[in-house]
Amino acid sequence: MKHRTEEELIVYRDGETKERTAVAAHLQDCAECREELARIEAIFGALDAMPVPDPGENYEERVWQRIGPRLGERKPRWWESVFVPRRLVALGGVVVLVILAFVAGRWTRQPVPAGDQVDAAKVRERVLVVAVGEHLGRTEMVLMELENAPEPKGQKTINISETQRRAEDLVEENRLYRQTALKEGDQAMASTLDELERVLLDIANSPDEVTPAAFETIRKRIEEQGLLFKVRVVKRGLNERKVNPDAKPAENQTDGTERKKI
Amino acid sequence: MADGVEVSDALAVERTLAGDRDAYRVLVERHSRTVYKMAYRIMGNAHDAEEVVQESFLRGYQKLKQFAGNANFGTWVYRIAANYAIDRLRQRNADESRRRVPSKPVEDSLEVDPLSQIPDGSPSPERLAGSAQLADRMQAALAELSPAERTAIVMRHWDGSGIEEIAVVLKSNPNATKNTVFRAVQKLRRALTPFLEGKEVRAIGTEG
Repeated sequence: MKHRTEEELIVYRDGETKERTAVAAHLQDCAECREELARIEAIFGALDAMPVPDPGENYEERVWQRIGPRLGERKPRWWESVFVPRRLVALGGVVVLVILAFVAGRWTRQPVPAGDQVDAAKVRERVLVVAVGEHLGRTEMVLMELENAPEPKGQKTINISETQRRAEDLVEENRLYRQTALKEGDQAMASTLDELERVLLDIANSPDEVTPAAFETIRKRIEEQGLLFKVRVVKRGLNERKVNPDAKPAENQTDGTERKKI
Repeated sequence: MADGVEVSDALAVERTLAGDRDAYRVLVERHSRTVYKMAYRIMGNAHDAEEVVQESFLRGYQKLKQFAGNANFGTWVYRIAANYAIDRLRQRNADESRRRVPSKPVEDSLEVDPLSQIPDGSPSPERLAGSAQLADRMQAALAELSPAERTAIVMRHWDGSGIEEIAVVLKSNPNATKNTVFRAVQKLRRALTPFLEGKEVRAIGTEG
């Protein structure tokens, strides 16, 4: 007689099997499988015998005393977080961009001379160039801090809450600029901003206290993707465009060979 | 809240959402002990379990609008706690494995110390059952399970959660979850058999 496997008996004991009747019938006839099932049952018996220490008579009350005063600390809604002073700066930049885009759009829709259309586009691009340049400067600082942070020695965890808070702000800005860059057809900038966004999201979504291993992973990612380098290249390109607005955005700035020429 | 009147969970949720913060107290006091037991079994100590309970009820309060009253509040906050506990356990294990120097190969980690298998005064399984020693062995065996296996066995065995509910917490599918439960039982058995039976587990699918 072929005995039932340990898995079949455990699954039978758990009750999640379609073969329930067949296994039950087998158990009727097979003493050895019954013994095996009894041994498996002993494990569940041992689990049942595991005590959970009583947290105390007034436990429920203690929990409430601990969390009651903290209930007000709810996470701000997205629209509330926008009004945090440091975010107003970024918001201001975006508002200016939108207004200019709107005005420029109106100009270009009217039958105006071709030269004026070009001017409107230039204004729009220039605002983007300045705003993104500043954003990249702030991002560069965060990346540099992470890359140059001292090796954690003997620390259980590393507190990155400050960097994390700044990364959170930058993610929001970054998303807006990336979308604008895409609309403007600046693929190179959009692609770099996309890479940046992923790393910034990683940092923003990490716990306040990260293990040295998790910290190292973030750092390696910045290093391996050459993010700092890419940020600097795009920034430099933007600076050139600030000085010479007619300079074309480099199409392949993220391409390694092109990068080295700059 | 009127004293001496039993307020249903649904009503307490409704009042909390309407701005009555004390109404949430009813929910905390009604469900914190159940959540504590589950958290203790997953985390293995009172300190971490208490942290899980507090954080879960805080998260529950913050997300209360999402609850929308279409489920049982106890089940809902239990799931929040299980999610949080598995994350905390993963984080704790990662921290501990980094501190362990030199790290032990994973395949060795479940092996039982040969010295401990030598019968020490040969207590019978009956004498061992329910004893503190067996509880210690079980605690050690549970600690060797992966966070997913430990969460699965706690939810399944002690709390009778459905496979699909566990799958949600494990972010897995029901079949893989069934397998996780099975693996957890199998590992516990491998670790405890020498103490319960004094012999090895039967070879799988042997001909009789």
